[in-house]
Amino acid sequence: MLKFIIKRLAVAVPTLLVLITISFFLMQAAPGSPFTGERNLPPEILKNIEAKYNLDKPVWQQYFLYLGNLAKGDLGPSFKYRDYTVNDLLEQSFPVSLKIGSVAFLFTVVIGIFIGTIAALKQNTILDYIIMALAMTGVVLPSFVIAPLLVLIFSITLHWLPAGGWNGGSWEYMVLPVTAMAIMYMASIARIQRSSMIEVLNSNYIRTARAKGLPWKVIITRHALRPSMLPVVSYLGPAFVGIITGSVVVETVFGLPGIGQHFVNGALNRDYSLVLGLTIIIGALTILFTAIVDILYAVIDPKIRYQ
Amino acid sequence: MKTKKLLASLTLAAAAVSAAIPVQAADVPAGTELAAEQVFRRGIGSEPASLDPQKVEGTPGGFVVRDLFEGLVTQDGDGNTIPGTAESWSVSDDGLVYTFDLRKNANWSNGDPVTADDFVFAFQRAVDPATASKYGWYMQIPGIVNADAIIDGKLEPSELGVKAVDDKTFEVTLKAPVPFFPKLLAHYTTFPTPKKVIEEFGDQWTRAENIVSNGAYTMDKWVVNERIVSKRNPFYWNNEKTVVDEVHYLPIVSQTAELNRYKAGEVDMTNEIPLDHFKSLQKNIPSEVRITPQIGTYYYTFNTQKAPFNDARVRKALAYAINREAIAKFVVGQGEKPTFSFTPDSVNGFVKPDLDWEKISQKKRETEAKRLLVEAGFDKSNPLNIELLYNTSESHKKVAIAVSQMWKQTLGVTVTLRNEEWKTYLDTRLQGDFDVTRAGWLGDYNEASTMLSLWNSFSDLNDAKWANEEYDALLEQAKTTLDEGKRGLVYEKAEQIFAQEMPAAPIYQYVSSRLVKPYVGGYPANNPEDNVFSRDIYIIKQ
Amino acid sequence: MTTLTPDADKKAAVSNFADNLDHSLDVEGRSLWADARARFLRNKAAVTSLIILACVGVLVIIGPMLSPHEFDAIDWGYMAAAPDMASSHWFGTDSLGRDLFVRTLMGGRISFMVGIMGALVAVLIGTLYGATAGYVGGRIDSTMMRILEILQSFPFMFLVILLVTMFGRSIMLIFLAIGAVSWLDMARIVRGQTISLKSREFIEAARVCGTQPRSIILRHIVPNVLGIVVVYASLLVPSMILFESFLSFLGLGVQEPMTSWGALVNEGAQSMEVAIWQLAFPVAFLVITLFCFNYVGDGLRDALDPKDR
Repeated sequence: MLKFIIKRLAVAVPTLLVLITISFFLMQAAPGSPFTGERNLPPEILKNIEAKYNLDKPVWQQYFLYLGNLAKGDLGPSFKYRDYTVNDLLEQSFPVSLKIGSVAFLFTVVIGIFIGTIAALKQNTILDYIIMALAMTGVVLPSFVIAPLLVLIFSITLHWLPAGGWNGGSWEYMVLPVTAMAIMYMASIARIQRSSMIEVLNSNYIRTARAKGLPWKVIITRHALRPSMLPVVSYLGPAFVGIITGSVVVETVFGLPGIGQHFVNGALNRDYSLVLGLTIIIGALTILFTAIVDILYAVIDPKIRYQ
Repeated sequence: MKTKKLLASLTLAAAAVSAAIPVQAADVPAGTELAAEQVFRRGIGSEPASLDPQKVEGTPGGFVVRDLFEGLVTQDGDGNTIPGTAESWSVSDDGLVYTFDLRKNANWSNGDPVTADDFVFAFQRAVDPATASKYGWYMQIPGIVNADAIIDGKLEPSELGVKAVDDKTFEVTLKAPVPFFPKLLAHYTTFPTPKKVIEEFGDQWTRAENIVSNGAYTMDKWVVNERIVSKRNPFYWNNEKTVVDEVHYLPIVSQTAELNRYKAGEVDMTNEIPLDHFKSLQKNIPSEVRITPQIGTYYYTFNTQKAPFNDARVRKALAYAINREAIAKFVVGQGEKPTFSFTPDSVNGFVKPDLDWEKISQKKRETEAKRLLVEAGFDKSNPLNIELLYNTSESHKKVAIAVSQMWKQTLGVTVTLRNEEWKTYLDTRLQGDFDVTRAGWLGDYNEASTMLSLWNSFSDLNDAKWANEEYDALLEQAKTTLDEGKRGLVYEKAEQIFAQEMPAAPIYQYVSSRLVKPYVGGYPANNPEDNVFSRDIYIIKQ
Repeated sequence: MTTLTPDADKKAAVSNFADNLDHSLDVEGRSLWADARARFLRNKAAVTSLIILACVGVLVIIGPMLSPHEFDAIDWGYMAAAPDMASSHWFGTDSLGRDLFVRTLMGGRISFMVGIMGALVAVLIGTLYGATAGYVGGRIDSTMMRILEILQSFPFMFLVILLVTMFGRSIMLIFLAIGAVSWLDMARIVRGQTISLKSREFIEAARVCGTQPRSIILRHIVPNVLGIVVVYASLLVPSMILFESFLSFLGLGVQEPMTSWGALVNEGAQSMEVAIWQLAFPVAFLVITLFCFNYVGDGLRDALDPKDR
């Protein structure tokens, strides 16, 4: 187990390095600079600004400067938000995305597995069809349609919940964003769970258990649920990262101070350091979660051994 | 005598004001019942780039900074220059040295008095290369002594032509007389900054826990991309007349989201109105839709260095063929005024030029356009091909599509649209890699030169790369023409040359349009720079 | 990015199916395809979906010619007008007075193109990469798989956003970017298939005859993994279309005056309270198409999955 984790970590570092390098040079090659604006700056002013951010140095030197600072945990100053460093911005925004993402994730998984299982147990009944049709709708409707619809219904018409804002993360501000975020992944998980549950229910050992006369409830909870969750588990990694990063849409619609807004604005503003910092965080998260999922997988399925 | 006359014209507003009741605060009509909770929540469009007066750029930051800090002068609801931290000012006979008398009771939010040293510090900071201010050039516009050399790194910031005569007397020396200098001082780059606080906290001095400001408000909370909250500054010199206790600034990027939150009652004043909703809002809640003309022009720049756009006839033909009324009315449709001159009418003291092409009908303009284009050698057998560059945005897209259709229908010109993301677009424009490009300019101060100096041959902003000696000379002449009326005539001549040469086709004059809840009182109906000061606002009891 | 991952369920199913395929191939041989067709035709939902898809396809191709309006022409008298038979704006107009019927169908062309081209790119890269790794085996295989592993933990959607924001948004670039991101799973599945095919007699025979590895891969391996590739591709198309709509939401979609369903839906969502038809028609087309693609994909999977018999 330990060896496995060490091995994953050993791969993580070069992966991140490659990621940073690609992103760094991609941004350097992009047209436009962080300091262009509607008003073209006089050359002297531009020179002063570039000097302040080391942009007057050769690109390779900037690259190594960046890596050097990164090793010290310093992600540099934001080019656009001049009162903040990237560390400050991430410190403020990451917990927001994490909080909302985790809550959405929790709901997604619990409800997704629940309704998926129900649909499987009631296979080919009306209930199954309804659940699956709803699930499919959740998959195909873009979240930028769902989110404003929720606002229209629950905030503007019914006045039950706020239409946006964060307010330190109090629950009423989280309901709509979490719902909008959860719908899509919940639907996917329900679909996976359903088909895998059906498969498990048809397997020999469940038949044996039934033949033994065990009650349904026990069969499902003790014997069927765990193996049926395997495909779901392998899906959790991408789903979690997707939820965290997929907050782009939801954060824009609801005006949440998370990292999703930063990423899009950062790319648009050519805020190199901010985008790099975010790329590193998201990259690290992705790596972490693929590793966690692999471990979880092994815990649930004893057949898998770490090589 | 000379001094007196000059003063009279320059400080007209100031004189009028000091005699009357101060208007630098909420002017609550008698009999208005105020709400118990004075909280004002305004949309500001997007996250401010900074709240440091010398580093901030863009309108969102401007809204907040103008509430937190106050410069030597400020503006009333109509955009007139009125005394701010300076009570009064005078100018030397040669028009070079300005002396400002600061208010005795002007204080920072920590109780310290605002001194002339704070202004010296701020002015020097703006030009100091170490600050790397994007608005450093603002000190070069009036030509403050040595500003150029300091920005260029050739002199120390301490060499700037500013001086604290005593604690409450601040002096600025200019290279050449600039009659509209006081008007320039309503801009945030010239706002004072607290030296002690900046030295103590460095780049982090604008954080809510560190900031000290001298305006009507001081910051209480700052959550990036969600909201900034400011509370009233108890030491502000005019604190008694300020009504609103707490201001929330919401950086909501999506206009639709902002509208939704306005409808849900979470925003009292929006930053903009989405185009698609404008008509229905104007029908349903007309009293909440507030439109103010702005000092700004939306125009299409021609690349005068590139054939065939180096031919004034082609440029004129294209400019004439644009049906401005249709664009203003149907495409943008928020009360924008079609324009033929580059300077908008709302500029203080600007005389509307008498332009020939404005007086004829659109039909005639189109006929003339066809004639000019044929004369320039383009017809059906040899059609003109144009690439029209614009940056990604709903409204730019709409205008571009409309104009390309007009050119196609009237002149038979083939237009290819080239839509680029903002930064890429700026780069393309800067490189001169375009035929025709969408552009817009919002004035930095309330004087015609903020618009017309764009077309100076040596201007960094002259993307058309158009050069006209006569035009340059006229602008130079205007700078030294002290009399506002005479200066207006010089600007008119410049506009005539512009219309003959047409380096760019003016399309419409910007307006700011926003939704304001009926319980928000004191909204400035006519500030052409779109400066809405929260200190002028009061919340009426519902 | 939100839009790509949900099909992991399909991926799981596909790889499941792939496993089963291994065992069945030995016995089945040719009749697999005939069987599959029969099974597919028995699946009512899938067949109905296929018919609807065909109708949408035909409509998208010939529809714009039926309307008297151009997709980019402004009808000054009908700005943001509701659907109206008299003016032949059957779906109404957008806020610039352009006919929505024509625009919806033109947008459909782009969406279909993005979906199909994106899937094609993904399938092409994935199949070749997977087949090569699986066939060559040994150290090259493990290196190629390590690379795949590294790529898998890349936040690719972010790179795509970066790419598209910064280097303009030609349709080609969008195809390429989307396709380039989604080939990873394909490669994995194909590799597994290839490894099991490798030891089969006909491959051995080809090798003994001295056929070049390249042509073995292209002539023998690739055709034999085609079944699974088809299934995977049919499930990839709808997620491509969804991803394009996500890019449109960010304002990184296709270039005006061209449009796509994603762009239309996004515009419609901005004005749903005042002009519901601007959202309703494009969204209906989008949702129906995606539904159908999903059902057809499911149907194909079930049809080609021998275990279900």
